[in-house]
Amino acid sequence: MSIELRHIWRTFGHFIALQDVNLEVRSGELMALLGPSGSGKTTLLRIIAGLETPDPVPGSAVLFRDQDVSSRNAAERQVGFVFQHYALFRNMTVFENVAFGLRVQPRKSRLSKDAIRARVYELLKLVHLEDLAQRYPSQLSGGQRQRVALARALAIQPQVLLLDEPFGALDAKVRQGLRTWLRKLHDELHVTTVLVTHDQEEALEVADRIVVMNRGQIEQVGTPDEVFHHPATEFTMEFLGSVNLFRGRIESGKAVFGPLVVDRPARLATDGAAARLFVRPHDLEINTAPNGKPSLRARILRIQSAGALVKVDLLCETGEQVNVHITHERFREMNLSPDAHVYLSMRQGKVFVEDYCI
Amino acid sequence: MARRRILPGFGITLGYSVLYLSLIVLIPLAALFLRVTGSSWEQFWDAVSAPRAIAAYKLTFAASFAGAAVNAVFGFIVAWTLVRYRFPGKRVLDAIIDLPFALPTAVSGIALTAIYSRNGWVGRYLERAGIESAFSPLGVTIALTFVGLPFVVRTLQPALEDLDPGMEEAAATLGAGRWQTFRRVILPSLLPALITGFALAFARALGEYGSVVFISGNMPFRTEIASLLIVAKLEQYDYTGAASIGVLMLLASFLMLLAINALQHWVGSRYGRTA
Repeated sequence: MSIELRHIWRTFGHFIALQDVNLEVRSGELMALLGPSGSGKTTLLRIIAGLETPDPVPGSAVLFRDQDVSSRNAAERQVGFVFQHYALFRNMTVFENVAFGLRVQPRKSRLSKDAIRARVYELLKLVHLEDLAQRYPSQLSGGQRQRVALARALAIQPQVLLLDEPFGALDAKVRQGLRTWLRKLHDELHVTTVLVTHDQEEALEVADRIVVMNRGQIEQVGTPDEVFHHPATEFTMEFLGSVNLFRGRIESGKAVFGPLVVDRPARLATDGAAARLFVRPHDLEINTAPNGKPSLRARILRIQSAGALVKVDLLCETGEQVNVHITHERFREMNLSPDAHVYLSMRQGKVFVEDYCI
Repeated sequence: MARRRILPGFGITLGYSVLYLSLIVLIPLAALFLRVTGSSWEQFWDAVSAPRAIAAYKLTFAASFAGAAVNAVFGFIVAWTLVRYRFPGKRVLDAIIDLPFALPTAVSGIALTAIYSRNGWVGRYLERAGIESAFSPLGVTIALTFVGLPFVVRTLQPALEDLDPGMEEAAATLGAGRWQTFRRVILPSLLPALITGFALAFARALGEYGSVVFISGNMPFRTEIASLLIVAKLEQYDYTGAASIGVLMLLASFLMLLAINALQHWVGSRYGRTA
């Protein structure tokens, strides 16, 4: 089921949590709302669920399959919501937790006892917890609790599944496993899913499309590839993955950053405007001697070689401190060591020009 | 091998606890039993099974139970209001809850009598409605409700603060109405604390004397509670009779608290409280 949000504003006192947000989630897709804390992503999710109401602004609407659901409360919207801290019913067993949504249905539409039982076990099997049906939430690990929460949300056959930082409270290893599992689950069920996260890796790995949010506004909407490789704004560039920043100016139509010159800045800009160059750590090259390309001289500060790539911290002649990722092979070839002087060149980077004003 | 603790002193603290409990609780209670063993079985039985005594037990337990039950309901609402909402005067209201703890019980007894007597502020209207409040079993219940309120509120407050509002939201997204959320989610989660509060209020009411003595009128067979009967016996120098009733009350209260504790343990163990 598709979801559409139109002109959503939400203020808490003087704090503006959401500022005229417009968004469309396509039917069956997994969309991630990505942003730092305080960016309004959780508020937006809660508005979709009906747990929070948007400010009454003309034109403001929440649509499920082109139907305005603004006036329906959370119980009437038939959404599955998974909370960051699980919010399991601690007085109920795993079985009772999952069965809750089925048991509170009005008598007319309620399933029979046996049907509820069958459905609950089917769901517990889906989340691999059928052996723990009689446990209480306090007897489960964090990962298990989150799976119970997911099964409970799926029990009511929601039209939309909303996940609020579902793996935020879990340790790295469990997170990774659950993430892969969630993507697999989504491919089986095809429920329209909105996932809130502040973890860019999680968003890039799991989502079909990503909404990057900042200060209550949407910075960019796009596939993981689009937002990662073609960031529309500086914020998106900085937020998604680590990045090195060089400050420079526009001179005769070119962006100049010391010896590095970028021919065609993204936007036409006036001479003298401040420009900023963002380069991902893997888009910088280290050479022990100049290789003909424009390059910066730099001194190695620190080398961290544990991991898939070797991470090198350097201090450039222009005063910037940068971080470069190179392969182990290349690292061995060059025989780098701290304090060595090397040359840095750039494969690609992204230039943002500040609006020029006097 | 003895486990090393960061703070030593288990021996000393346990010794101190036993000594302290003995001096304050066990020795006086033992004296009570000793007093009773001085008399014969018949004397004891006569004292505790006299019709007047039985009427007093009935009233004491019934009024205490009723008072605790009323507090369980209204104390719940008070605790809920104090924990869940912010409003001007909240801290004052919160402080008022403790007044029944702090006020000398005789003072509150006199105040209650003044309000509920035939020409008191409240008693006047109850009188018109045909309800006799002061000097009736109802008056006893009112006094016992008064002294029990803080126990329920103060035990529920931390449990309520501990309750994750996310559970209510989760229930709502799963299609539960307000009443269903309350009955299936909130109430069961708070049940252990509610039972504890009820038990404390009940136990307190069983032994209450000061606040009841004025409002009840102390009419034998009608508004005389067990603790008043004990004082009446003492005034007649019937120490054995007084001690016998005391022992019976002690045993009954002890058994009742034991049962409530067992119930509470059972409810608590159903959802491993470590969460």
